[in-house]
Amino acid sequence: MGAAHSASEEVRELVGKTGFSSDQIEQLHRRFKQLSGDQPTIRKENFSSIPDLELNPIRAKIVRAFFDNRNLRRGPSGLAEEINFEDFLGIMSYFRPMDTGLDEEQVELCRREKLRFLFHMYDSDSDGRITLEEYRNVVEELLSGNPHIEKESARSIADGAMMEAASVCVGQMEPDQVYEGITFDDFLKIWQGIDIETKMHVRFLNMETMALCH
Amino acid sequence: MRGPGVLGALGALALGAQGARAVEEQPGGAHGGGHGFQVVTFKWHHVQDPYIIALWILVASVAKIGFHLSRRVTSVVPESALLIVLGLVLGGIVWAADHIASFSLTPTVFFFYLLPPIVLDAGYFMPNRLFFGNLGSILLYAVVGTVWNAATTGLSLYGVFLSGLMGDLNTGLLDFLLFGSLIAAVDPVAVLAVFEEVHVNEVLFIIVFGESLLNDAVTVVLYNVFESFVTLGGDNVTGVDCVKGIVSFFVVSLGGALVGVAFAFLLSLVTRFTKHVRTIEPGFVFVLSYLSYLTSEMLSLSAILAITFCGICCQKYVKANISEQSATTVRYTMKMLASGAETIIFMFLGISAVDPLIWKWNTAFVLLTLVFISVYRALGVVLQTWVLNRYRMVALEPIDQVVMSYGGLRGAVAFALVVLLDENKVKEKNLFVSTTIIVIYFTVIFQGLTIKPLVQWLKVKRSEHREPKLNEKLHGRAFDHILSAIEDISGQIGHNYLRDKWSNFDRRFLSKVLMRRSAQKSRDRILNVFHELNLKDAISYVAEGERRGSLAFIRSPSTDNMVNVDFSTPRPSTVEASVSYLLRENMSAVRLDMQSLEQRRHSIRDMEDMVTHHTLQQYLYKPRQEYKHLYSRHELTPNEDERQDREVFQRTMRKRLDSFKSAKLGLGHGATRLHRRERARRRNSSIPNGKLPLERPPSFTIPEKALELLEPEEAADDDAVSGGIEFLAAVTQDTATESPAGCDNPGFEPEEPGFLSRVPPWLSPGETVVPSQRARLQIPCSPGNVHRLAPFRLSTRSTDSFQPDDSTQGQAPARPEATHIAAPGAEATQVILDRMRL
Repeated sequence: MGAAHSASEEVRELVGKTGFSSDQIEQLHRRFKQLSGDQPTIRKENFSSIPDLELNPIRAKIVRAFFDNRNLRRGPSGLAEEINFEDFLGIMSYFRPMDTGLDEEQVELCRREKLRFLFHMYDSDSDGRITLEEYRNVVEELLSGNPHIEKESARSIADGAMMEAASVCVGQMEPDQVYEGITFDDFLKIWQGIDIETKMHVRFLNMETMALCH
Repeated sequence: MRGPGVLGALGALALGAQGARAVEEQPGGAHGGGHGFQVVTFKWHHVQDPYIIALWILVASVAKIGFHLSRRVTSVVPESALLIVLGLVLGGIVWAADHIASFSLTPTVFFFYLLPPIVLDAGYFMPNRLFFGNLGSILLYAVVGTVWNAATTGLSLYGVFLSGLMGDLNTGLLDFLLFGSLIAAVDPVAVLAVFEEVHVNEVLFIIVFGESLLNDAVTVVLYNVFESFVTLGGDNVTGVDCVKGIVSFFVVSLGGALVGVAFAFLLSLVTRFTKHVRTIEPGFVFVLSYLSYLTSEMLSLSAILAITFCGICCQKYVKANISEQSATTVRYTMKMLASGAETIIFMFLGISAVDPLIWKWNTAFVLLTLVFISVYRALGVVLQTWVLNRYRMVALEPIDQVVMSYGGLRGAVAFALVVLLDENKVKEKNLFVSTTIIVIYFTVIFQGLTIKPLVQWLKVKRSEHREPKLNEKLHGRAFDHILSAIEDISGQIGHNYLRDKWSNFDRRFLSKVLMRRSAQKSRDRILNVFHELNLKDAISYVAEGERRGSLAFIRSPSTDNMVNVDFSTPRPSTVEASVSYLLRENMSAVRLDMQSLEQRRHSIRDMEDMVTHHTLQQYLYKPRQEYKHLYSRHELTPNEDERQDREVFQRTMRKRLDSFKSAKLGLGHGATRLHRRERARRRNSSIPNGKLPLERPPSFTIPEKALELLEPEEAADDDAVSGGIEFLAAVTQDTATESPAGCDNPGFEPEEPGFLSRVPPWLSPGETVVPSQRARLQIPCSPGNVHRLAPFRLSTRSTDSFQPDDSTQGQAPARPEATHIAAPGAEATQVILDRMRL
C-alpha cells in the first residue's frame, strides 16, 4: 500500500515537472523499464536494443542528446554516464506539444527550449557555437542515409548552409570579418518565422502501441 | 449545340448589340451556295463543332485577360464569380438574339474533358507531406462530413416538405436524399478557384481542398445508391441494398485510389525509359493519368480519386525521371489545361443558367436549401473538429473552423450530377437543377466574394511564401529523424514512425525500381534546394551581367569564361581556424563540387541542358570579383590601381596574341593543362617559399578530394605564402596563353592604351553591381596579402607554361584581381576533365 502510495506521489511530482499526464508517464515508465532491462538507470548501450533506431542516420547524435548534461540541466558540458527515469522523461518532455492556452511569452520560451535541444545536438563540443566542422559533421550524418550522395556534396551543402546562416545573422560581412559559427542567438534568428509546432512535437499516446509488436 | 446559336453568340461577341443582325446574315452565306464547281465554298457545318469549341475557349481566355486589366476588380471579386457573370451575360445575349438556349455544361463534357485536368493538376502538385500529414482529418471531413451534410440536408428538406411549407411537390424521401447527396459535396474546382486567391495557411487549405477532392468517392456512391433506390422505388429498398451501398463505398473509394496508384506506378516506370523519346515524354504523364481516370470510370470507381492518387504518387518519380525541359512542359501544360478548364467551367455555369426551360422556382425550397447547407456545414465542421482536436497535434482553432465552414463551396460537380438526373424518375428534376444553380451561385459568388474580407477580418493565419532555405531544410530533416527516433525510443507508432518506415521502404525498393539510376543520386530534397539556390544565384548574376550590357561573356563558350572558382583567396593567416576562413577556403570546393555534380547529372540527362547550366553556373562567383575590384579600389593606393589596370591591359593584349597562335590547338590542351595545374599546385605545396622547382615531378593525377584536403594544411604551416595563389598565378598564365578562342570578357578589354590614366569602367562605383546575399559573404579580400603576394607570382610561374613575352610578364605585378580573371578557365577545365574521367 505504502509503496503504491509513494509511487503515485512520485508520478504526481513528475506530472508537475514534465507536464506529461500520469497515463503517459506510466506508459513511458514501462518503456523505460523495457529498455533498461528493469534497472533504475539507462545507459547508452541500452538504446542499441531498439531495432528501429538502426536505420536512423543520426541515431548516435540523438542517443547522445539523451545523456548530454546540457539537456539534463546538469552542467554546461559533458556527458552523463547513465540517466534515470526522471531524466528520461525530461528529455522526452522537450518533444511534448505545447499546452494550449499559453500566452505568447510562454510559447516563445517553450520554443526556445525546443530549439536549444537541437542546438545542443549540433554543438557537439559545447562551446556555444556551431562551427563549420560541427555543421558539416551533422550534414554528413544526415545525408549518410542516401548512398548516392558523396561526402563532398554533403560538405558543400553544409558550407552553403553556413554561409546562408552567416548572411541571415550578420547581414553583409566586411571583407575581413569572420563568421565564427552559429551561436544560439543566431540559431534563433535562422528559425525566425518558421513554425516548429509540427516539426518538433511528438504526440505521446496514452496507450501502449508498440509494446504489442515486441 | 446548334449552328445558328453559335453564330449568334459569335456575332454578339464581335459586334455587341448588332449580334442579331450578324445571325441573319451569316446563315445565308452558309447555305446560299450555287451550283457546279465553286472555287471557294463556305463549309460551316464541316468545321462547326471544333470551331465552336475553339471560339468558346478563346472567348473565355480573352475574358480572363479582360478581368486582369483591372487589378482593383480582381483583387476583390474572385475570377470564378466574374466568369459566371460573364457567362450569364453571354448567355443572355445569345438568348436575346436567338431565343434559343443552345449551350449548357453537359455532364459528358464536364466529366470527361473539363474535370480531369483540374484534378490531375491538383494531384500532381499536391504537397504530399502536408496532405498525408493531415490525411486523417481530411478523410474524416470528406467521409463523415459529406455523409452528414447529405443526410441532414436531405432529411431536413423532407421534413419541411412534409410540413407543407413548400407546397405541392411530386417528390418523396429518396428524391430529397438524392438531392441532398449531390448538393452536399464541397466542390474541388470552386474551392481551388476561390482559395487560391485567398492564401489562407497551408494546413487550412489542405484540409478544405483535400476534403473536396476526397469526398468525390462519397458523393459518387451516395448519388448512385440513391439514384438506384429512386429507380427501384422507395418500397422496394431492402436492408441488403443499404449494406450493399456501404460496401460499395469502400469498393469505389479504395478501388479508385488503387487504380490511381497502379497507374502511377506504371507511369513512373514508363518515364524511367523515355530517355530517347524526350519529345513525347510529357505526353505520357497526361495520357496515363487520363487513362487512370477513364479506367476507374469504366469500372464505376471514383475517377477523381483515381486521378488524384495517380498524380500524388507519381509526382516524385516522374519529376526525378523526366528531363528538366519535360518537367517544365508538364508543369505549364498542366497548369494551362487546368486553368483553361476551370475558366470554361465557370463560364458555362453562367451560360447554362440562361434557359427558361430548366427554371422552376420554389422559394421555400431554394431558401431552405441555402440555409440548411450553410448551417449543417458549420455544425458538421464544429462537431468533427471537436472530435479531431482531441487527436490532432495542432488543434484547429475556432477561426479555422469558421473559414472551413464558410469555404464549403459547391460547384460544377453538383451541377453536372443534377443535370444527369433522369427526368422520368426524378419528377422534380428542374426544381433541383434550379436550386443547385442558385446554391452554386450563392456559394461561389457571395461566399467567394466575402471570404477574403472575412479571412482578413478574422486574422486567419495566412500562408507566407518563403524562399527555400538550406538551413531550414537541413534542420527540418534533422527534426524528422529526431522525431522518428523519439517515437522509436518511447515505443509508439505515430506519424513520424510511419513516415520514417515509408521513406526507408521507398529508398530501398520503390526508388530503385521507378527511378533512373542517375536520378536516384540527385533526388534528395536538400540537394535540390541547394541546387535551386545555386541556380538562382547564377541567374541573378547573369541578369546583372546583362543589365550591365556585357552579354558576350554569356555567349562565349571559351573556357576562360567557364567557372570562376576562386583559389586565389588570400588567406587571413591570423584567423586560420575561423569559419570564414574555412568558408573562403572551401567555397571553391563547394561550387566545384556542386558543379561537377550537376554537370555529371546533366551529362547523363541532357547534353544541351548542360551548356545552359554551365553558362548560368559559371557566373556564380562573379559578384565577388566585382566586389573585389571595388574593394581594392578603396583600399589600395592609386598607384596600385594603375598597376592593376596596366596588368589587365597587358594580359589582355598578350592573350589576344596568344589566342591567335593557339587557335589551332584543340582539346588536347586540356589534359596537359590539368597535369600542369596539379604539378603547379604540388610545387606550391611542397615549396612554399616560391622558388622554382628544380625538377618536374612526374605527371600524375590527384583527385580533387586530395587537393582539397591539402589546402588547409598548407595554410596552417605557411602563413606567408598561399599555395593557391601561386598556383593560380601559374594557371593564369596557362590559361592566358592557351585560351583557344581568344574571346575575352569585354569588361576587361581595354579599348585603347590611354585608358590607364582614368578609372576603368568596370571599376567605377556608379555601375556597381550589388552582389547577391550569398555572394557577398564570400568576398575574400585582404589587401595585406595582396602586397605580400604580389612578388611571388613572378617567381612561381610554371616552368612549362607557355611564355610568349617574358619582359611583359616581368613588368606586370601579379594581383589577385588579375589572377581571378583567368583562373576560372583552369578550374573549368578541371571540372570538365573530372567529368570526362568519370
